[in-house]
Amino acid sequence: MNTHFIPSRRHLLLGGGALVVSFSFAGSSGPAFAQAGAAAKTVAKDEVDAFLAIDTKGMVTVYSGKVDLGTGVPTALAQIVAEELDVALAKVDVITGDTALTPDQGTTSGSFSIQNGGVQLRQAAATARNALLIEAAKRLGVGKDDLTVVDGAIGKSGGKSVTYAELIGGRQFALKLDAAAPTKNPASFKIVGKSIVRRDIPDKITGRFTYMQDFRVPGMLHGRVVHPPAIGAKLESVDEDSIKNIPGVVKTVHEGNLLAVVAENEWAAIKGARQLKATWSKSETLPDQSKLWEHVRATKVAKEEVTSTIGDTAAAMAGDGKKLSAQYDFAIHTHGSIGPSCAIAEFKDGKLTSWSASQATHALRRQLAEMFAMPVENIRCLYVEGAGCYGRNGHEDAAAEAAVLAKAVGKPVRVQWSRADEHGWDPKGPPTLIDLRASLDASGNITAWESEFFIPQGAAAGGVVGLLGAELAGMPTAQQMAPGGVTGNSAIPYKFANVKTVCHRIESTPFRPSWIRAPGRLQNTHANESFMDELAAAAGADPLEFRLRYLDPADKRGRDILDRLAALAKWEKRPSPQKNNAGNIAKGRGLTYVKYELVRTYIGAVAEVEVDRTTGDIRVTRFTVVHDCGQIINPDGVKAQIEGNIIQTVSRTLIEELTFDRSKVTSLDWASYPILTFPHVPEMVIDLIDRPSEKPWGAGEPAAAVVPSAVSNAVFDATGVRMRSVPYTPEKMKAALRSA
Amino acid sequence: MTVSQSLTVNGKKVAVRVDDPDMPLLYALRDNLGLHGPRFGCGLGQCGACTVHIDGVAVRSCVTPLSSLDAKKKIVTLEGLGTPEKLHPVQKAFIDEQAAQCGYCVNGMIMQSAAFLATNKNPSEADIKNALAKNLCRCGTHARIVRAVKNAAKA
Repeated sequence: MNTHFIPSRRHLLLGGGALVVSFSFAGSSGPAFAQAGAAAKTVAKDEVDAFLAIDTKGMVTVYSGKVDLGTGVPTALAQIVAEELDVALAKVDVITGDTALTPDQGTTSGSFSIQNGGVQLRQAAATARNALLIEAAKRLGVGKDDLTVVDGAIGKSGGKSVTYAELIGGRQFALKLDAAAPTKNPASFKIVGKSIVRRDIPDKITGRFTYMQDFRVPGMLHGRVVHPPAIGAKLESVDEDSIKNIPGVVKTVHEGNLLAVVAENEWAAIKGARQLKATWSKSETLPDQSKLWEHVRATKVAKEEVTSTIGDTAAAMAGDGKKLSAQYDFAIHTHGSIGPSCAIAEFKDGKLTSWSASQATHALRRQLAEMFAMPVENIRCLYVEGAGCYGRNGHEDAAAEAAVLAKAVGKPVRVQWSRADEHGWDPKGPPTLIDLRASLDASGNITAWESEFFIPQGAAAGGVVGLLGAELAGMPTAQQMAPGGVTGNSAIPYKFANVKTVCHRIESTPFRPSWIRAPGRLQNTHANESFMDELAAAAGADPLEFRLRYLDPADKRGRDILDRLAALAKWEKRPSPQKNNAGNIAKGRGLTYVKYELVRTYIGAVAEVEVDRTTGDIRVTRFTVVHDCGQIINPDGVKAQIEGNIIQTVSRTLIEELTFDRSKVTSLDWASYPILTFPHVPEMVIDLIDRPSEKPWGAGEPAAAVVPSAVSNAVFDATGVRMRSVPYTPEKMKAALRSA
Repeated sequence: MTVSQSLTVNGKKVAVRVDDPDMPLLYALRDNLGLHGPRFGCGLGQCGACTVHIDGVAVRSCVTPLSSLDAKKKIVTLEGLGTPEKLHPVQKAFIDEQAAQCGYCVNGMIMQSAAFLATNKNPSEADIKNALAKNLCRCGTHARIVRAVKNAAKA
């Protein structure tokens, strides 16, 4: 099937009202779908109308709280609804992330858009379909079970039919979501499970798509924020005359430490922000980067979280046997969206409208309400798609700054961050330090496994990162630590007799933390799966067989992954390191396995690498993945996510590291914070296991988690040298080879 | 002082009124002419998202001052390369390969590739990768982009 869509949401972006007119269900003898009159559209998560509407032409509008961060997920959400309602996909439009129209389905993160968001939509559609069938049965005088639906028309084969449009068109369902409403048998799926082409791509390919960075509102001014020269610096003085000569500058805004230039055109705002003279206090709040890990280790622990405990590791570790221990660490990373954060805000008649590419418009709305001491009802936040977003980057911060500026000048203001703003001020993936210890008996069996994770305290997934604009302006914003679900995958999928995994949730971390793709799960899996490989080598065992030895025999899906991976990657059974690694270019292969958060998506991976002993360069030449995320909605969409996870995480593993001095981030552009480029992208081999009768799980990030350990294990296989500190730079590789 | 700068963009002569003749072309295209194909990514010529063709050559518009241009120079943006009704072969190949995730960098990928293919009829995969080595993608769409460019070269 090849269906293109014309998105119809632009009229909504341009300030259309959020009122939905509803009428009584004329002629209905059954339960009325709606009351008469006009009402604000519901966004209550227990209401079918929050998620779905069917108009008088039978067109279906889906209202999704989950947004498109560059994954194409609205196409998959449309597939789910079209399938469940039995309407043509072309009849389904999707509106996302508008607090006036879409339910609060939580932050678009954690690979939950399908797993949670899509499943909620499916249940809303199933509830709607069931109600429509009941109503049609009454109208047609036919038993409900004799009815079938063909593209939105309900009827008995060969008999009369009635359409969704006739039954409900333009009216509300006024129905609670029914968890018991029957969903379709996956065996009958016609749309779910197909690689439907993405609806947004043609516009993006021809320059017709409106990203947040392109979006404009009438009467809008351009703002640029002059972020402080040091984190925590106080604004001491501003010389407004220093930009008097720039035509188009409207106002220099300074609220507390929020300093900005607002201008009639973008270039005047940029020039103004560059030229504006201001003095700031000195501030040195950051640790010495060369002693980062000592700093992390010395940071006060706020709370201990034991994520698994089996048997008695202390006793086992005190006994006989071979003992291994290792420290793993993972550098601070930035999100690195190709389009820096951007937002527009407008205050009008006591109400605030905020347009941004926020992952969580409902949460942002609550944050803006707190910041401006306004009732949430007076704030509307609308999602407008930005550049790819891999976690909580700077969009919400730009939204807060735009709101301060809009209020100050009494006109809509667009804030566009510069590259340096984005690299310097978006919240960061925190540094992660992990200690591992294990004991093996004389036969090479693991008798104990202990691990300690030094990771920032904070809310589990779903936390909220404080708004930079509010903090700078001295306005209220809850500054809770929110690194994401960083304890995930600290516990392990292997059955050892004695296991203890402990998370030391440290009180602070050098930069405002937030989640970046697979937060914690990535860093923790890096350590666990690399150390598992160290143990396999110590036991003289094949890494694949060694894992199978300890996998739960009842976990058939996990075993399937490793079996299929062995075949796909042509896995040669032998211990690592390989024997013939004498040349300048050493080649090796490494395997890794993850069951994401131990409860969902399964992945097995093999990395093949080449290590240049002279330069220390590591090249990932091929990366093979077997992936089981249960029921697949759109195979090509899943594949694209896996490819993205591999490439982005090879980049993070080999190259990426935030640099800083005692005052600020110093890696402020793509030269100082490089990412992987075309010549270094590995060949990728991907095997999707589709399980239509299982629950759909996420694919947006789990495949990231397998990359660093697969590379570490392959480097070890090639050279006999273990890399434990991400990024694996040529300098670290050369040093490791020298000391081997 | 406001000055008027004449440009030839997508086959049409246009006049852009600016206060600063050294304003980069990117802002004239996006803000004065409403063309959204070229994107702001870094303003430093490092990522390629802003790429346009000037006389057939792929150029970073974020670091190209207006003062270096005149109406004789032919500027083409993504909008002028092809239209939804009449796609350029590279655009068609990108759609066929679904070679975009967020798609923010894709303007640069297409403009760089189209200029490259205009003078390199039968490139190897390594040639394509080298031609795109200075265009950054963060979503990890590289493999699809290379396939699309390869297919477009054959078209």
